[in-house]
Amino acid sequence: MDVSFQLREGEWTALIGHNGSGKSTLANLLVGLLQLDEGKIKLNGSITKKEQSFEHIGIVFQNPENQFIGTTVEDDVAFGLENINMSYEEMRERVDKALLDVDMLDYRMADPSQLSGGQKQRVAIAGMLALEPKVLILDEAFVMLDPRSRKELMATIRKLTNKGMTILSITHDMEEAAHADKVMVMERGRIKTVDSPSQLFFSDSTLEKPFAEKLREALKSRKRKVPDKYMTEEEMVLWICKSN
Amino acid sequence: MDMQIELKDVSANYQIGPIRKPNVLNSVNLTIESGTFTALIGRTGAGKSSLLKTLNGLLLPSEGSIRVGNTVIKSSNQKDAIRKIRKQVGMVFQFPESQLFAETVEKDICFGPLNFGVPLEEAKEKAKKVIDLVGLEPSILSKSPFSLSGGQKRRVAIAGILAMEPSVLVLDEPGAGLDPQGKKEIMSLISTWHQQEGLTTILVTHDMEDVALYADRVILMDQGKILKYEKTKKIFSDTDLLESWGLEIPQARHYQRRIEQETGIKLPNVCLTLEELADALVAVGLV
Amino acid sequence: MNKLILGRYFPGESWLHQLDARAKMISVVLLIAMLFIANNWLAYLFLWLITLFIMHLSQVPFHTYVRGVKPMIWLILFTVMLQVLFTSGSNVYVEWGPITISEYGLINGVFIFSRFVMIVFLSTVLTLTTKPIDLTDGINKLLTPLRLVKVPVDDISIMLSISLRFIPNLLDETQKVMDAQRARGTEFGEGSLFQQMKTLVPIFLPLFASSLNRAEDMANMMDVKGYNSGIKRSTFRRVYWKKQDTWCLCGVFFIGVVTVLLRG
Repeated sequence: MDVSFQLREGEWTALIGHNGSGKSTLANLLVGLLQLDEGKIKLNGSITKKEQSFEHIGIVFQNPENQFIGTTVEDDVAFGLENINMSYEEMRERVDKALLDVDMLDYRMADPSQLSGGQKQRVAIAGMLALEPKVLILDEAFVMLDPRSRKELMATIRKLTNKGMTILSITHDMEEAAHADKVMVMERGRIKTVDSPSQLFFSDSTLEKPFAEKLREALKSRKRKVPDKYMTEEEMVLWICKSN
Repeated sequence: MDMQIELKDVSANYQIGPIRKPNVLNSVNLTIESGTFTALIGRTGAGKSSLLKTLNGLLLPSEGSIRVGNTVIKSSNQKDAIRKIRKQVGMVFQFPESQLFAETVEKDICFGPLNFGVPLEEAKEKAKKVIDLVGLEPSILSKSPFSLSGGQKRRVAIAGILAMEPSVLVLDEPGAGLDPQGKKEIMSLISTWHQQEGLTTILVTHDMEDVALYADRVILMDQGKILKYEKTKKIFSDTDLLESWGLEIPQARHYQRRIEQETGIKLPNVCLTLEELADALVAVGLV
Repeated sequence: MNKLILGRYFPGESWLHQLDARAKMISVVLLIAMLFIANNWLAYLFLWLITLFIMHLSQVPFHTYVRGVKPMIWLILFTVMLQVLFTSGSNVYVEWGPITISEYGLINGVFIFSRFVMIVFLSTVLTLTTKPIDLTDGINKLLTPLRLVKVPVDDISIMLSISLRFIPNLLDETQKVMDAQRARGTEFGEGSLFQQMKTLVPIFLPLFASSLNRAEDMANMMDVKGYNSGIKRSTFRRVYWKKQDTWCLCGVFFIGVVTVLLRG
C-alpha cells in the first residue's frame, strides 16, 4: 500500500472503493490495529509509533453492540480515560462534554439494552471524543442502522465537523458520500482519485450516483435540456422551479 | 399450490408464567393471496417480527387463528399443524448467516429437509439445486460455512430455507448489513424466486426503494395493529401519513412531492421509481 | 431460566439494598462461617432468627426465597437422609440392616437441613438486594490487595463486567438461534437424552461463533482505546463506604461473638 493524503481540520472526507480495495486495511493501520510489514506511517511528517496512534485518531466500527463495553453510557465513555489513569474529576468533565457533543447527555445512566443502534454509535463516538483525537474515522458506521438512526447519526457528524472535528468516513453508501466535503476513491491499495462529490459523481461513470444525479441523466437521455453539470437535490428542484 | 394466508382476530403476547405482558399483536385480521409479493413496513416495535412469527407457529396466538393453505393454528399447541406449517412457510430471519453451524455447506442446507423426513440422497439433490438458485458455485457445498464471506454465508443460509421447498417465503430485512451491491443482488434473487418458483413472498423491510420496486401490496403496522393494507402505489400516495409514522418514502416520491409543492403543478400519477418520475416530468412539460 | 432466583436482582429501597456490596459480601461469608461454628439447638435457633430477620429486612416476599430453595431441595433432602439413616450415636431408635436411625442422626439431620437452607437464603439475600454490577465493583475493590502479589485484578474485573453486560445479549441471541432452527424443523426438549443433546449443537455452535466475533470486535475497540493488561488504570465507577456499612459489620461481628459463646 502506497498511500498519501491530506485531511483538513473540520472537513468530512468520504473514502470509497470496492471490497478489497484496502479501505479497512488503511483504517486499521492508522489506528494501530494492524502492524506494518514494511514501510512507515507518518502523521504530520513524523513517524508514529503504535502507542501514539490512539492519541490522535479515533475510530468507530460497524457493529454498535460489540463496541459497547460499559454497563451504562457514561461508564462506556469513560473506559478510554480510565486506561490513561485519569483522575475522576477530569474524567467527569470529559465524559459530560463528550456526551453533550453527541446529544446523549440525557442518556448517561442508560444501559445498552435501552438504546437504539444509532444511539449506541453516538456513544461509541463520545467514547472516542473523550480522548480528544484530531481525526475520527468511521468505518462503515452506518451499515447496520435503520434509516432513522442513520439520519440522526449524520446530523451528529455534521455537528461535529462544524465544531472543527476532522472526519474520515469509510463507506459504500453513495448518498452518504455525497454529503461529504471531499471524496477519496481507493483501488487496489492506492488512492485513485480525490475530488469533491459533485466533480466525482459527474465524471466517474463506474460509480453508483446519488438520486439527483441519476435523475439528471435520465432526463438527459430523454433529450431534455438539463444543465451539463452535477446537481444536488436542492439544485435539481430549484432548476425545475426556475424553468417554469 | 394455492397457499392463501389468513389471520383472523389474532392477538398475541410473549407471556410466560404469571407476569402479565402487553400484547404484541392486537386483533389482527389479514388475508394474503397466494403468489403475491407483500411488503410489511412499520417502525421498530410495531409488531412486524411478531406477525411473522405467528405465520409459522413460533409465536402462538393467545386469541384467534392463523390459516396457511389448509393448515390452521390456534392458541392450543397442535404439534402436527405446526410442523406442517413450518415446512410450508420458509422463514429467513435477520442476519440469517448467524444460524449456520454444520461442518459443510451441504450438511447445513440438508438440515432443514432432513428434519422434515426427506431421505438423505434426495436432500443432497435439493442442496445442489438451491445452491444454484442462490447464485453460488457447487464447489462451495464441500466447504465449511465458517470459511465463507458474509455475503456468501447469507446466501447459504437462505439456500437452507429454499431447500425445504416452502410455498411461502418470509424474509426479515434480507439486505440488512450488506453493501448496496450485495443488497441489490439478494433482492434481485428474491424477485426471481418469487416469479420462477411462484413463492408467496412476504418481505419486512425499511428500504422503501425495495418496496416500490418489488411489492404488489404493502402492510403498514403500528403498535401491534394493521393500519393499512393496500396496493403499493396507493400506500405511497399519502406521504404525510407515512411521515407521521416515522417512515421513509421512496426517493422518487420524495422528489415528486417537493417538485409539486414548489411548482404547484401536480404530476399525472404517483411516481415510485426514477423512470416513472422522469416520464411524469416530461409528460407535464416541467422539463 | 425463569425459575433461577439465586442470582436475580429484585429492585427495592430496603436498608439492605442501600448497603455497600462489600459489606454485604463480607457479612454473608462471615455468617455462613458461623453456620459451621454453631453446634447446638440454641445456636441454630439464634441463627435462624437472625436469618429470618435479615430476610425480612430485604423487603422481598418470603415465597421468593422459598422458590430459590426449590431447585436444590432434592439435593438437600438427600444429604439429610444420609445423616438420618446412617448415623449412629446416642439413643438408637431403629436398627435395620445398614440403616441406623439415632437421636444423634436426627438432630444432625435437622442441623444440616438448617445449614443448607440458611446458606441458600443468605446468598439469595445478597444477590436479590445487590445489582450485579455493584457486586463486581465490590469484588474489584476487595481484590485490590491482591495486586501486590501480581494478581491481574483489573483483567478479572473487566472480564466479569463484560460478561455481565452481555448476558441479556446472549439470552436474546439464544432465543433467536432457537427460533431459526425451529423454523427449520428442529424441536427442543423432545426425544431421548441423546437426541436432545444433538439438538443443542445447532444452538451452541452459532452462539460460539458469534461470541468469538464479538470478542474480536471488542478486543479491537479496547486496543484502540489503549487498554493493556497490567497498566495502571483509574476507575470511573465509585463505591462509597458509609456509616451504615460499618454498623452492619459490627452487627455481624456481634452475632459471631454470640454464636461462639453459645457453642456447647
